[in-house]
Amino acid sequence: MPNEPTLGGLLRSQGVSRRAFLKFCSTTASLMALPAGIAPAMAEALSSARRPSVIWLSFQECTGCTEALTRSSAPSIESLMFNFISLDYHHTLQAASGDAAEHAREQAQHDNAGKYLVLVDGSIPLDEHCSTVAGISNLAMLKEACAHAAAVINIGTCSAYGGIPMAKPNPTRAVAVGDIIKDKPIVNVPGCPPMPLAITGVIAQYLTLGRLPELDHLGRPVAFFGENIHDRCYRRPFYDRGEFAETFDDEGARKGWCLYKLGCKAPIAYNACAHIKWNNGVSFPIQSGHGCIGCSEPRFWDMGGIYDSVAKGNFGDGAKLGAAAMAGAAVGAGAAVLARRKKTRVAEEMHGSE
Amino acid sequence: MSLLEFARGPAIHAALIIMAAGIALRLIGVLVLTRGADLSRPRDAFGNFKGYRTVFSRAWPSGEFTTTTRYQTVVAYLFHIATLLVVLGIVPHIEFITSLTGLSWPALPNFLGVALGTLALASLLALIGRRLAKPAVYNSTLGDYVTWVIVALPLLTGLMAFAHVGPRYETMLALHILSSALLFAYMPFSKLMHAFWFIFSRAQSGLAYAHKGVRI
Ligand code: SF4
Ligand code: SF4
Repeated sequence: MPNEPTLGGLLRSQGVSRRAFLKFCSTTASLMALPAGIAPAMAEALSSARRPSVIWLSFQECTGCTEALTRSSAPSIESLMFNFISLDYHHTLQAASGDAAEHAREQAQHDNAGKYLVLVDGSIPLDEHCSTVAGISNLAMLKEACAHAAAVINIGTCSAYGGIPMAKPNPTRAVAVGDIIKDKPIVNVPGCPPMPLAITGVIAQYLTLGRLPELDHLGRPVAFFGENIHDRCYRRPFYDRGEFAETFDDEGARKGWCLYKLGCKAPIAYNACAHIKWNNGVSFPIQSGHGCIGCSEPRFWDMGGIYDSVAKGNFGDGAKLGAAAMAGAAVGAGAAVLARRKKTRVAEEMHGSE
Repeated sequence: MSLLEFARGPAIHAALIIMAAGIALRLIGVLVLTRGADLSRPRDAFGNFKGYRTVFSRAWPSGEFTTTTRYQTVVAYLFHIATLLVVLGIVPHIEFITSLTGLSWPALPNFLGVALGTLALASLLALIGRRLAKPAVYNSTLGDYVTWVIVALPLLTGLMAFAHVGPRYETMLALHILSSALLFAYMPFSKLMHAFWFIFSRAQSGLAYAHKGVRI
C-alpha cells in the first residue's frame, strides 16, 4: 500500500527534524549496545518502516504505562513512534469501541498472522470474571491474541511480573503474562511505569534489525535493565561515606545525602532511571528526593514498606520472638525441674539401699 | 520467591525464633540447676566480692601464661572487638535492630565498617591457622570447625555485600542474611553460647575458689 504512512513521514509531519530523529536513533543504538555506526542505517530503516501491526491488550492495569508514553508535554519521538505503531487495537487510545473494536483486533490477528506484536499492560486474573473486555475474559483474550503473534512485549511490571494486582493478598489471583504464554518470545519492560525509551527502544530494535534484544534472567532487555541504579546514583558518595538523610526534611535531605535509610530500594533495583532519567532527561525519583521503590523488580510491592530500608527483615513485628523466648524459658525450667527431681530420687534410692 | 525475599522473610524470622527460644531454654535450663549455697564458713571475708571479680580478672590470662597464650589472646580480642563493632556499628545492622526493637544509635562511617569487617575476618583466619598448626594445644572437635565456618560465613558475605564486591548486591545480601540466619539458629546449641556462659562460669569458679580461700 503506497499510501500507508511511514514513520519518517509521520515524524516529518509532526515537525520532528532529521537531526532530532538521528539523535534518537544514536541514543537508542548506544543504549541497546548496538554498534555505533548503526545509527544512520537504523534511522533509514526506521523512517521507511511501515506501520507494524501491534495489538495492545490492557488487562488489570492503571493506564499509567500508556500515560508515561503519551503524556510528555512536548510530543517526544518516543510517544510519536508509539502512536505510529499502536493503531490496530488499544482500548484506551482507539476511537472504535464495542464490536467494531473487537473486530479490528480479530482482523489484525488474521491479516498479520505470525507477524504482529502483542503488547500487554496489566496482569491477568485467574478468577476470570474479575476483568473482562467486551465480555471476553482477560485470560481468553490473551491466549487468543498471542496464538499467532510474532512476539509479546510486556509493558510495565503488572504484565511482566504481576505488579500491584498480584500483591498480597492477590484477591483476583492475578498472574503475569509469562505464567500463561509459554511458546512465544517474551520481552519484559517492567517499571511502574516503565521508561518510555525502554519501550520504544525494544520496538525500534525489532523494527530495524528484526530481532528482540538480549534479555537478563528476569526477561528484561539488558540494555535498559542491566545496570543497578545504586551503582549509577549520583548520591552514592554519600552512601559510601555513611551520610544519610534521616527524614525527608532534615539537613541531610536538604544537602542531598543518600536516601538508604528512608527506604531507597535502588541497591536491589535494575533500571535506567539514574542515567536516562525521566521527563526528557530532567530528573528521576532519587534526584527529586525520594528513594527508589524498586518498581522494575518482581513483587516489589511485597518487599516490605516503601520507607523501610533494604536491610530490615520483612516478616512483620517481633511478637513471635518474644513468645518463642517465653516458650523456651518454660521448657528450660521444666527440664531443669525434672532433672533436679531425678537427682533427688537417685540420691534417695542410693541412700535407701545403703 | 527470590533468594532475597526468602532470606529477609521466612528464613531470618525462623532463625530468630529458634535463637530466642534456644537461648531462653538453655539459660533457664542450666541456671535453675544451680547448686544450693555452700554452708561451710567462708575462709575469706571478702569471698563473694573476690568471686565476682573473677568475671573481669579472668578476661586476661594470669602472668604465668602470658607468653604462651599471647598470640591467642591478642588475636581473639581483635576478633571479638572488631566483630562486636561491626555487628552493632554499621547502618544496615542498626536498621535491622531498630526494626525489631525500636532502639537506635549513631552508626560508624562505612569505611570503618569495611576495615573492621576485614580485621574480624583476618583475625578469624589467624585463629584457625593456629588451631590447625597446633592440634595438640587445641584438641579440636568437629564442632570447633563447624562453628568456625558458621561464624566466618556471615563475616565474609557481609563484607562482600557491604563493600559491593562479587555477585550482584541482592545475591550477596541474601547470602549474608541466610548465613546469619544459620548462625542465629546454631548459636544457642553450640559453643557460641559462651557469649552468655562466660559470665556465669567465671563467677561460679571465682565464688567457689574464694569461698575456700584460694587466691585467684
Ligand atoms: S539514594 Fe539510593 S541509590 Fe542513591 S546511593 Fe543512596 S541507596 Fe544508593
Ligand atoms: S527510581 Fe526505582 S522506583 Fe523509581 S521509576 Fe526508577 S526503578 Fe522505578
